[in-house]
Amino acid sequence: MTDELPLPPRKDPQKRTTSPTRPPEARSRASLGLSAAAAEGRFALQVCADCNAVQYPPRDACSSCIGTDLLWQDIAATGQLLADTVIQTSTKLYFRERAPWRMGSVKLDAGPVVLCHIHNDCEKNSAVTMLNRLDASGQGVLLAIPTIRTTHMEDDPQLRALSADPRHRRILITDAWNPNTPTVANALIEAGASTVFIGESESWRPHPNRDALAAIDKVEVLPLDVTDTASVKKLAGEIGGKTDILINNARFMRPGGVLDRGDTGFAKEEMEVNYLGMMRLAQAFGPGMCARTTDGVNSAVAWVNILSVNALSNTPDYGCFSASNAAAYSLSQSLRGEFRGAGLRVMNIFVGPTDDAWYQPLPPPKVLPPAIARSLVDGLQRGLEDVWCGDIAKDVRDRWRRDPKVLEREMTNGGDGA
Amino acid sequence: MNSLESLTSDIATGAVRIVDLTHTLDPDFPVIILPPEFGQCARFRMEEVSAYDHRGPAWKWHNISMSEHTGTHFDAPSHWISGRDVPNGSVDEIPVEAFVGALVVIDCSAGAAADDDYELTPDVIRAWEAEHGKIPEDSWVLMRTDWSKRSGEPYLNMREDGPHSPGPTPDGIRFLIDERNIRGFGTETVGTDAGQGAHYVPPYPAHYFLHGAGKYGLQCLANLDQLPPTGAILMAAPLKIKNGTGSPLRVLAMVNR
Repeated sequence: MTDELPLPPRKDPQKRTTSPTRPPEARSRASLGLSAAAAEGRFALQVCADCNAVQYPPRDACSSCIGTDLLWQDIAATGQLLADTVIQTSTKLYFRERAPWRMGSVKLDAGPVVLCHIHNDCEKNSAVTMLNRLDASGQGVLLAIPTIRTTHMEDDPQLRALSADPRHRRILITDAWNPNTPTVANALIEAGASTVFIGESESWRPHPNRDALAAIDKVEVLPLDVTDTASVKKLAGEIGGKTDILINNARFMRPGGVLDRGDTGFAKEEMEVNYLGMMRLAQAFGPGMCARTTDGVNSAVAWVNILSVNALSNTPDYGCFSASNAAAYSLSQSLRGEFRGAGLRVMNIFVGPTDDAWYQPLPPPKVLPPAIARSLVDGLQRGLEDVWCGDIAKDVRDRWRRDPKVLEREMTNGGDGA
Repeated sequence: MNSLESLTSDIATGAVRIVDLTHTLDPDFPVIILPPEFGQCARFRMEEVSAYDHRGPAWKWHNISMSEHTGTHFDAPSHWISGRDVPNGSVDEIPVEAFVGALVVIDCSAGAAADDDYELTPDVIRAWEAEHGKIPEDSWVLMRTDWSKRSGEPYLNMREDGPHSPGPTPDGIRFLIDERNIRGFGTETVGTDAGQGAHYVPPYPAHYFLHGAGKYGLQCLANLDQLPPTGAILMAAPLKIKNGTGSPLRVLAMVNR
């Protein structure tokens, strides 16, 4: 059984920090469907549209009927462990540094036999559950875990490497003012975070979260304003070397589209916070985090953005805010590419209207802080890249995937009277 | 020696001292806070363009951004609706003679220490005049409260019913304008009006009456405790911004030692 992961000792300042190494990244285009599913925590394989055969490994033509219409579908993530072995060494530096490493074959209930990583708690010939997780190269890999939970199973080194688990990690939340910050901080501490740093802008005026944050043990409130480069650099200088997870929840929003505004003032502030704020944070914290992705138990592991789902398709009643989030979403994709070499994950949480002052005129459903906190912790524990929080975000996602133009036409109705 | 030569000599010898009445432009310096659905005063920001590096090998420079009303700043008549039709009401149009002139300092520091909402009333002004003489026409009147010694949250002193800081009553500011025909009025707080100035009739009386009468404002001043009640000269020249309603500026006073 897995031993409980102890709180790591303080870093030995005489030891060189390990340089990041990564598992192999190269995949065929067909195989990337597995990574796309893993980004959302789904276990999916190709299924032949002609003969329904489930395919493994991913391919361009059906292994039964040579049909080429292979659709990625979620399939039952259950199976039986057939055989397993422990790899003692490897020509791949990543595995060589982590040996011994357990691998084996699993007969899926859906049909195929797959080769995969095996959790150390899986017993021979036992029932297993399959996880499709992103590895440090950002590619989907399969891990079999015991179907019946074991104690501390999340602390297994193989499983932890396929997650961004907050346990024992030091986390920065960038905006003390956001209504969701106290709930998110509490949830992270509940999930085992050792310290939660919280950035507070404009400490020269009171804000409603101050007392709530001061009351939380393990929270440190520090000055940070994402619109002020000097402030971001200063905080990175202080805690950049021990920020394992950065959660960017800084947000500026005002309702209205282009014509409602009549000027570019609020739009500029939205870009300053939602887009350039992310850029400033990445320039200040990114290099330090990238250098620490293999720095022991509490290594740097994830960068989290909380974005409006209208980053995908604009809603003109919040048109300028949506545009700033589209810019932020695009920037997050650049960050994914730039962080990839170091193995630092970028997780985007997409939310619909949140239950706060600026969405007050909108009817429910709205996303409450506990829902964001749950999505965030769950997403980190499962090492996700894309998290859809709440019914509206999921609905917009589904419609966007079905037909972006149809969604755009629905979102841009001119109202009644035509 | 002509008067300028003797002034130069006095500055060199220290017989005339130059006092800096300006706060440093700093991203963390408070600005006025309005209800969030209104447009807001931009904070001071500074972005590095290059610093002797690949972005410009031999030079360092910054792009800066701010509001006309950020930090220690000047209010022109066109800042307020009452002054929108005042001739030469924007900073680029004001005759430059207005930027140098006599100043008097009304010390309200004891009152402001006892009461965050301390009011400058005609009685306070008359009591000051009984001691220091009548306020000369066309002079700057600066209200000393020692508020500039506050920093962080106590500066705006924002509570759930808004900010609390000292300022003139409608009668107080009208007295200075109508009875003394001053050139302008300056404070150590974030505005020429009291923190609770929105609740006077009219709201924000210092802005309303000063600018309606073509007078000027200065706010976020510092070091007023280093000035004598009378006899100093103020130099406050805003940036020459086309149609500008105000400007951050360096405010200096010349004081006889």
